[in-house]
Amino acid sequence: MRSRLNSLFDALMPVFATLAALAVGTVMLLILRVNPGEAYGALWEGAFGSTNAVAETLVKATPLLLVGLGICIAFRASVINIGGEGQMIIGGILATQVGLTFTDLPGWVVIIMAMFAGFLGGAIWGGIPGFLKAYFRVNEILSTVMMNAIAVQLMNFLLRGPMIDPAQAEKASKIPQTARLLEAFRLPRLAPTRLHIGFLIALGLAIIVYVLLWRTTLGYRIRAVGQNPHASRYGGIRVRRRIVTALLLSGAFAGLAGAIQVYGVNYRMITDGSASGFTGAAGFNGIVAALFGQLHPIGTIPASIFFGALLVGANKMQRVVQIPSALITALNGLVVVFVVSSEFWRKQRQRQRLSDNNKEENPPQDGDISAPSAEEVLTS
Amino acid sequence: MSDNTLPSGHTRINSLEMRNITKRFPGVLANSNVDFDVRAGEVHALLGENGAGKSTLMKVLYGLYGPEEGEIYLNGKPITIESPTDAINQGIGMIHQHFMLVETLTVAENVALGLPSSRGFLTDLDRVSERILELGKIYGLDIDPNAYIWQLSVGQQQRVEIIKALYRGAALLILDEPTAVLTPQEVNEFFVIMRQMVADGHALIFISHKLHEIMDICDRVTVLRDGRKIGTKIIADITKSELANWMVGREVSMTRELEDIPLGPARLQLENVTCKSDRGTPALRGVSLDVHSGEILGVAGISGNGQRELAEAITGLRDVTGGTIHLEGQDVTNFRPGVLTERMLSYIPEERMKDGMIKDFSIAENMILREHHKNPFANKGFLMLKTIAKHSDVLIDRFRVKTPSRDTKAGNLSGGNIQKVVLAREISRQPRVLIAAQPSRGLDVGATEYVHAQLLEQRGNGTAIMMISEDLDEIMGLSDRIAVICEGELMGIVPRDEATPEKLGLMMAGVAPEEA
Repeated sequence: MRSRLNSLFDALMPVFATLAALAVGTVMLLILRVNPGEAYGALWEGAFGSTNAVAETLVKATPLLLVGLGICIAFRASVINIGGEGQMIIGGILATQVGLTFTDLPGWVVIIMAMFAGFLGGAIWGGIPGFLKAYFRVNEILSTVMMNAIAVQLMNFLLRGPMIDPAQAEKASKIPQTARLLEAFRLPRLAPTRLHIGFLIALGLAIIVYVLLWRTTLGYRIRAVGQNPHASRYGGIRVRRRIVTALLLSGAFAGLAGAIQVYGVNYRMITDGSASGFTGAAGFNGIVAALFGQLHPIGTIPASIFFGALLVGANKMQRVVQIPSALITALNGLVVVFVVSSEFWRKQRQRQRLSDNNKEENPPQDGDISAPSAEEVLTS
Repeated sequence: MSDNTLPSGHTRINSLEMRNITKRFPGVLANSNVDFDVRAGEVHALLGENGAGKSTLMKVLYGLYGPEEGEIYLNGKPITIESPTDAINQGIGMIHQHFMLVETLTVAENVALGLPSSRGFLTDLDRVSERILELGKIYGLDIDPNAYIWQLSVGQQQRVEIIKALYRGAALLILDEPTAVLTPQEVNEFFVIMRQMVADGHALIFISHKLHEIMDICDRVTVLRDGRKIGTKIIADITKSELANWMVGREVSMTRELEDIPLGPARLQLENVTCKSDRGTPALRGVSLDVHSGEILGVAGISGNGQRELAEAITGLRDVTGGTIHLEGQDVTNFRPGVLTERMLSYIPEERMKDGMIKDFSIAENMILREHHKNPFANKGFLMLKTIAKHSDVLIDRFRVKTPSRDTKAGNLSGGNIQKVVLAREISRQPRVLIAAQPSRGLDVGATEYVHAQLLEQRGNGTAIMMISEDLDEIMGLSDRIAVICEGELMGIVPRDEATPEKLGLMMAGVAPEEA
């Protein structure tokens, strides 16, 4: 009974964290002399108030979910992928190029090719830091962030030069964007809204990632390497290769998110000079969504929808109650802070319960040695 | 120096009594009305199998747990201990089995850690160092206050822990399995220190399940079983085997007869094998040996003389820099661990939790660590969960692993059960060659007995077994031949009937067998 209550409490932890964030948000709203009820009402209205609102929420959730799935894979292998932004960009560029090149092919063929190109682009962009980490011990947090910077500049260069819309190239304005994709190449919509089948693809992939991680030998190996690289090596697992695999796959999902963003929402690539101009910061928010979903692919689905709702609802809230947009960002940040710290708290509670329940005298020599990180193993 | 003062200058604890201590955990009665007492000038052993309640009792005394019932009396007066700080203030110190030292700091810095400086904001490490040297002189604890912890051997680190406790004024010391990490030589040195402390009027509580050590060093022994006190006896009044039976609650056989088995062909052959340690220094200097089918080759040696590297070189976990290793006649030098596994080489690693198990994986998942990719556990890249579950249930049953279920995380098992899982996994594969490193380290008498029986059964099945151990009793009890290793060199191989502890001891210290 007690343990069931405990696990229920744990499962609801993110909800409590959200409520706590909203409570702090209430204080901020009061300081701004805004009626919190009205503000939050608008937030809800904006996110779920109509069919269109729900569709927008899901459109926003799609890249978050895809990036989040990749994050689940990487983090399970104990590699930190901060490169979602760059991987999305490269995926988007390759996918766009496919659409601009093969204008004679039937729509569905091009779409499949483009999705594949996006997947591949992200895989390359994630695989490079993976390779550097596994074989040259380059810290993947640094290298993935650096790869983001490279990707942004590459995008800016391509969209201003080689890939620029021929129409723009002749104009004086020279807006850095590619030509529009043919209408036949757009991802089918779930009419009458803007929601496209990319969301369904992402849902399907969530199940596939779940199967991959817990039902296949590759998933077993990825998780084993993440938990204890020493024992993995002993178990015949090639630790370095699996680290590369994990980052490669992680990047691939982000790349696919980029491709779907182009084919489902924008229908072209356009840059305002920053990464988030294209990604909407999904490369970062996807990490938060995955953490919120407790690094479980299925849990990441509601988590992504939640953050999608927050993004969409916040716009409405801003319009209705006339508050500075900075507050919206702050509110998002609050949710993240509370969620991440609740995760920490949950783990601590778990450990506490464990040590309480444990029969005493588990010889600490076994229990207390924490598994070393892949880093340590590679150094040794 | 008055009667009530220790050489360290602190007040001695003439008597400490715990009465009626009861401590419950959810679902477990860890201590049930336990009485325990210790006096100045004695070593009182606390003996019991894993889970008997020894650590709980001591954690209550050290203020880490609050008991549900019971009182503690110091020199006849009731006291309350609610935290380790309380305990330290009362003169009670504890040396944990795993040292609480910061590796990158010096001895003096570690000792001063957490204490107020006598100079306020400025450090007083020079004064701390002086005091460390002073304490060292009194108790024979030779240690350089300016040495870094990582530079020290395990035995020296333990001395730092003792000095830390003495520095804080400990008159009573709880020693939680202090010898588990020491070499035989270090154990002897440690006993000298213990005797000195007792002679000076300290009270010592010694937790161990090594019977011969208890017979050696202790004055009285209290036995706990299933959280209850079985009794207290004066060591002089009891024999070793009586003590063992008393602890386990049944007859325990202390020696084993080896069944005669015809020696088979050599299955594992090492020729002139060299390899490096983690720090890049030579760890093995040309080791040559054979292990035959149906024999146990014991490898004896003082800890850190290349045993770990030897096991890792054979199992493919460490690069061999010279020489060759043949497995059933085929050269497998520097083969990957996975390939060696396929060739039916099994390995029970010394640090099971770090090298042999994945803590956050379930028992079922750990059971397939070696063969997770092979039929029948995997098919076309997919895990066959039902087969895996069944396999795990069979092994849990056969190897008597005590666990709520196969889905329990390995990290939640006790040390003995963890070893059973490793053993089950490695032995159930019907290995051709088995490398067992410290197979009974940290296990209680019952579990050790079980592990030994399993090794002998494998021997009977014709497996070639190399057993690396620092426990001479274990080596001499199970091995057909005994190889002794010292500083990465093989000192020689002695047949079972020619081996005596003295001879092996000399070889372990680097003396050639002809002279030993």
